[in-house]
Amino acid sequence: MSALHSHILLALVALPLLGAAVLIAIPGGRAAAVRWAALMFAFVVMALSLYVFVAYDHAGAGFQFERAWDWLALPGPWPLGERGISLALGVDGISALMVMLTGVVMFTGVLVSWNVSHRGKDFFALYFLLLAGVFGVFVSLDLFFLFFFYELAVLPMYLLIGVWGSSTDFKTFIRTKEYGAMKLMLYLVAGSVLIWVALMAIFAQADLGTFGFADLQASGSFPATFQRIFFPFLMVGFGVLAGMWPFHTWSPDGHVAAPTAVSMVHAGVLMKLGAYGILRVGMGLLPEGAETWMPVLVGLGAVNVMYGAVSALGQRDLKYVVGYSSVSHMGYVLMGLATLNHLGVSGAVLQMFSHGIMTALFFAVVGAIYDSTHTRDIAALEGMAKRMKTTTALFVIAGLTSLGLPGLSGFVAELLVFIGLFQTYPILGALGVIGAAITAVYILRLIAKVFFGTMDERWAGQPDISRIEGVSSAVLAAFLLLMGLLPFPFIQAIDESVASLLKIVAGAG
Amino acid sequence: MNDLTLLIPEFLVAGLAFLTLGADLVLPDRRKPLLPAMAAVGLAGIAAFTFAYLRGKTGSLYGGALVVDGYALFFKVFFVSLGAVVALSSVEYVKRRLEHPGEYYGILILTALAAMLMASSRELLTAYISLELLSFGLYVLVGFDRYNPKSNEAGAKYILLGAFSSALMLYGISQIYGLLGTTYFDGIAAALAATPEPGLGAQVGLALLAAGLAFKVAAVPFHMWAPDAYEGAPTPITAYLAVGSKAAAFALALRIFAEALLPAAPDWQPVIAVVAALTMTLGNLVALAQSNIKRLLAYSSIGHAGYLLLGVAALASLDGDGATSIELSHLAVNGIVLHIAAYAVTNVAAFLCVSVVSDATGREDTAAFSGLAARAPGLAMVMAASLFSLAGLPIFAGFVSKFYLFNAAAAQGLLWLAGLAIFTSLISLYYYLAVIRRMYIDSPEHAIVETGPAPGHAPMDSRIRLPRLTSALLSALFAATILLGIYPAPLMAAIQHASEALLTYSRQLPIW
Repeated sequence: MSALHSHILLALVALPLLGAAVLIAIPGGRAAAVRWAALMFAFVVMALSLYVFVAYDHAGAGFQFERAWDWLALPGPWPLGERGISLALGVDGISALMVMLTGVVMFTGVLVSWNVSHRGKDFFALYFLLLAGVFGVFVSLDLFFLFFFYELAVLPMYLLIGVWGSSTDFKTFIRTKEYGAMKLMLYLVAGSVLIWVALMAIFAQADLGTFGFADLQASGSFPATFQRIFFPFLMVGFGVLAGMWPFHTWSPDGHVAAPTAVSMVHAGVLMKLGAYGILRVGMGLLPEGAETWMPVLVGLGAVNVMYGAVSALGQRDLKYVVGYSSVSHMGYVLMGLATLNHLGVSGAVLQMFSHGIMTALFFAVVGAIYDSTHTRDIAALEGMAKRMKTTTALFVIAGLTSLGLPGLSGFVAELLVFIGLFQTYPILGALGVIGAAITAVYILRLIAKVFFGTMDERWAGQPDISRIEGVSSAVLAAFLLLMGLLPFPFIQAIDESVASLLKIVAGAG
Repeated sequence: MNDLTLLIPEFLVAGLAFLTLGADLVLPDRRKPLLPAMAAVGLAGIAAFTFAYLRGKTGSLYGGALVVDGYALFFKVFFVSLGAVVALSSVEYVKRRLEHPGEYYGILILTALAAMLMASSRELLTAYISLELLSFGLYVLVGFDRYNPKSNEAGAKYILLGAFSSALMLYGISQIYGLLGTTYFDGIAAALAATPEPGLGAQVGLALLAAGLAFKVAAVPFHMWAPDAYEGAPTPITAYLAVGSKAAAFALALRIFAEALLPAAPDWQPVIAVVAALTMTLGNLVALAQSNIKRLLAYSSIGHAGYLLLGVAALASLDGDGATSIELSHLAVNGIVLHIAAYAVTNVAAFLCVSVVSDATGREDTAAFSGLAARAPGLAMVMAASLFSLAGLPIFAGFVSKFYLFNAAAAQGLLWLAGLAIFTSLISLYYYLAVIRRMYIDSPEHAIVETGPAPGHAPMDSRIRLPRLTSALLSALFAATILLGIYPAPLMAAIQHASEALLTYSRQLPIW
């Protein structure tokens, strides 16, 4: 048992990497072998990730499943010796939840990609590389490795979008996949420039000769001015990945250009890395800086909510609607974090999970519709419910989660964010509620038009979602219902971790 | 007494060079393919021997002009191994395009010898002669493809500018000798420590010495020769120029800056920092505009020289009132050496890919890489990995070495420069991605539409078959790129040993 517990997080990172290597080693042309190998690896990883969440002892709080391996010593007259960089892994309640999210989305993404035929082996290898990076960020307790995995998660995106993605024709101009891929890559790496600078500043300021998170946090060697200068680096750097306005524009373009599984992982999980980074590194290490800058973050989050929702209203392409809705929903996450009170931050973390699953479901269903009809144009799609009953049901579940219907996960998360917001920023809280109302407008209008309008003749022989895509979407929908109906296990799991994080912030101020 | 046994590795390398040159005379033509095997196996054997033989040995010869220590050992093994790799990666190129293989390999081995001596020098004239031996070998090698006008032009430019820089350096050395009275590194340091204001003449001398070195590493504003020389030289020699000659110049520069010039750190640190900033910015910006892959990698290597100079600037930290400290210099030296190693592995792999592609298409523009992922998947993977590594992304060697190096600069109080370095890395990502886009996203038709293969080459959509030796070499370099990226600790232990040896001299200076 203890061997399992001390290696399970390493396995979460190493198995996708190993999977990528195995896939590359399979001779080209054996497409079925590639798919099944990918599915097996993804299944095992998902099982482990569920285990991490279930086995995390939320009463005990703190970091669990901890294990560290020395990696590289940094010579110097440091007070703690030459600890340097170590592969230190561990999860608290927040990251355990994120790990589960990643596992679920990874597995369903493999299912959705079942029919990727063009260079399938390379696709899955890069996809696994991406996920190794994502898991790595959530489980790293060393800033070097957190950043290492963060960059690792960005690296495969260019090829995944550029090779397997699709271009969008806007009549007057074409948004090519190459454009989307390059934009995404440069935005995200530009964000990581800021993060990297901040990490180096933290290292130099602490003067401990270690990147270990716990040592840095315990040192208390960051003066208030330092924190106020460098918190924005982290906030903006990670914020780029979280889709923070005005650095969000890569996100709709990138998500639309990406193949379905990559959109699912990207909008579902990768954007959460940004929010997680702000929470873990920003608030955890520079709490005073966080306190100073949170009013700005809450403002930016409010813009995200409104701007994303209004933009989604105006889109003609289904995938762009979902893309902008992600921008809008990530706004709730940012606003929730910015409240710095227990309810708000809990809501933000739950929203990260809820939105991750929901948006993965959205992209999976939109992908299925596109595979079947070869269009994502809202004007062309009408009355699909008659022929695509399962698809409709799944889309409606995602849609209702998105607008925050009670009984689904979005309600729990957004409610907590709103209550938290009204405690600290009542006016912006009102804006958030208005944003939710706009979400209802564009989602319901979309559902009414695309699924329940009068059916266009040309869709008369349309097949429903394929069985394998149906299974994968059903798994996602089940999680939305589960968290909607039984929110308490989820809240309990993160409760202590949120409390201890906020204790640090409060202690600093 | 001079213990000449300490120089056995050098004697062996010199012997191998003359053996190769001589064998070329007596071997019949059909036996000529033996020459590269002889060179590569010989060098690899000497590298292994050097490591086993010199490990733990220290000593100095000729009154301290040459020194054998951990630092010299590391670079000796590095240069000899690099020579072996370059010899192997030249096999195909030399067979197809060049005459007189014996001279080619013989001169290559002699340059390895020169680089070994550079890493051992602790006296300016010894260093200068070693540097000249290296440069003369490279002048010949760059212009070796004598029926190719570009190679001739490159050779001529390289000789002229190289001679100019040598003259600068020599003038600087004479100035230093005249005013400080010594050319030994420890003597210069003592003289500088004794006279805090060394006077204009000595300062000019030091500046000229630094300028000469800046020429060799292609630092802005002395970088002009690099793109032309890189473009015209035979591709394996381009790799050698970018890696070997640069590494040798830095191996020497580290000895000079960490020992001889350390007392003057407050004077040179800001200058080197500015030169580093200019070099990394200009190299990476101009690379954006290149369409010839060798020129692109040339400007990229200028950018990397900027990163290494950042490490040199971070050799000492200055506190508010100008007092020098070398408490964290280990980090900077380790960072530089690690980056040199990572850059060497990556860049040799990248140039080998370039060499294969230009053999297959007869072209050297980036469009020739179109659809490479379909034509030669393995080759495209190695090239992509090398480019990602140069850009500094994990899991490749470049990420770790950049992180370490930039972090050293930040720890020494040069956060602004480290920030700039990271930002220029972001710029570099754009042009590396452009090549990756050619390979993975564009189809071979792009290249056909643009011009097609050069006359006498296979069509652009045919598969490229790699010679067995080339693919073995590429696999090894690819594995090394990843291994350094995920498990650098063993190499770092060796580097740590080397930098300890280097910094011993810094600690003994009379300024603490």
